[in-house]
Amino acid sequence: MPRKVVITGLGATTPIGGDVPTMWANALKGVSGAHTIEADWVQKYELPVTFAAQVSTPASEVLTRVEAKRMDPSTQFAVVASREAWRDSGIEEVDPDRLAVAFATGIGGVWTLLDAWDTLRDKGPRRVLPMTVPMLMPNGPAAAVSLDIGARAGAHTPVSACASGTEALQQGLELIRSGKADVVMCGGAEAAIHPMPMAAFASMQALSRRNDDPEHASRPYDLNRDGFVMGEGAGALVLEAEEHALARGARIYGELAGTSVTADAYHITAPDPGGLGATRALKAALFDARALPSDVVHVNAHATSTPVGDKPEYIALKEAFGSHVDNVAVSATKSQTGHLLGASGAIEAVMTVLAVYDRSAPMTINLENQDPEIPLDVVTSERKLPGGDIVALSNSFGFGGHNAVVVIRNV
Amino acid sequence: MASNEEILAGLAEIVNEETGLAPESVEMDKSFTDDLDIDSISMMTIVVNAEEKFGVRIPDEEVKNLKTVGDAVTFIAGAQA
Repeated sequence: MPRKVVITGLGATTPIGGDVPTMWANALKGVSGAHTIEADWVQKYELPVTFAAQVSTPASEVLTRVEAKRMDPSTQFAVVASREAWRDSGIEEVDPDRLAVAFATGIGGVWTLLDAWDTLRDKGPRRVLPMTVPMLMPNGPAAAVSLDIGARAGAHTPVSACASGTEALQQGLELIRSGKADVVMCGGAEAAIHPMPMAAFASMQALSRRNDDPEHASRPYDLNRDGFVMGEGAGALVLEAEEHALARGARIYGELAGTSVTADAYHITAPDPGGLGATRALKAALFDARALPSDVVHVNAHATSTPVGDKPEYIALKEAFGSHVDNVAVSATKSQTGHLLGASGAIEAVMTVLAVYDRSAPMTINLENQDPEIPLDVVTSERKLPGGDIVALSNSFGFGGHNAVVVIRNV
Repeated sequence: MASNEEILAGLAEIVNEETGLAPESVEMDKSFTDDLDIDSISMMTIVVNAEEKFGVRIPDEEVKNLKTVGDAVTFIAGAQA
């Protein structure tokens, strides 16, 4: 049997809460983190989409001015979330050579990159700051977290678009199972609410255009869904070998029982309409966790609220679970948080761990007319999960045909 | 043209902005590396900001000669003259 891996610390900074307790209380209540963007660049560039789900607590309120200056916003979010997770784990001492980081991002330091380009054009090469490269590199969040907690067993950065955060958990699990580390700080961070990515996602018709009603724009499974809402933030989870956690008497939230990653090899952005890659990912993750479809009581779905994306996930769930799909409480939390791209898998894993720990599924908001082609049991009001041994899943799918699934089991 | 005192005060402001060090700790005889613990990346940032603030050019090959705050003040004053 492989080493058992448990979750002992959680951290988050999101559009619906700047820490885990706030985020989770809101997630159970059902609130929207989407609002009109106040920045002047929205009007300046005449962006077709004028709203997003920005973090509820700016990183500048948590980090010192000097810390923040040396970090891209994506790294700032990563450090904020991982510090909370580290404190939450209660770890006081760990061998640095047995402590690793797997911290994902989908896009990396896009603010830094484009600010530096503006500086180069406006003021010349001398004014391009020497911190530009370490701030824009996509491994910036992983590297900063490694520095912050003194992790020397490797700092990894999975990049698979919107599946990145979930893939980080797979890397973390493998690092502990293989014996390369005892503790891994996993997570994902994203800070891409910048006019260029906003224009690019809008250009591919991926974003909701509900400019006059941002709070109701992210509406997974609704007949009138018209695209996702850009989100930003980070989520972090401390993974720990079970024997390591037990030896120090840690509070254990749950077990990271299994993971899987597959690729569609179908289309660069469109999901396989038959959900084949996602189905394989679901089946492989359950197998990895030694779990049966009938063990699954809850799924935190990828469900971004795009017209084409939500249905193939349903097809995959149906294919993987059979008739048991009707007994699974499905939450589409992007209805509240927006889509945090490379951070979404990490945030949603935090919520899935808490759902198992608290036996409560988070809310899906804005579901007014459920798409009859997606007849899932969607959580739209307070929902308790059953007692006894349970398993919950979190799915993430990314441009490029990436499918990633994590399986959480109660302990 | 700024006086040495004005240049020192301006530099202290730039160092504080970059590193968080208290402006009053930036004194003429302090070494950037040994006393103020400023690494090469921060030093270059301080140099570029000083160029903009004082309207001077500090060549890259000159930066390694700026060991103390006083060295930098003297160089900037000379470049302004």
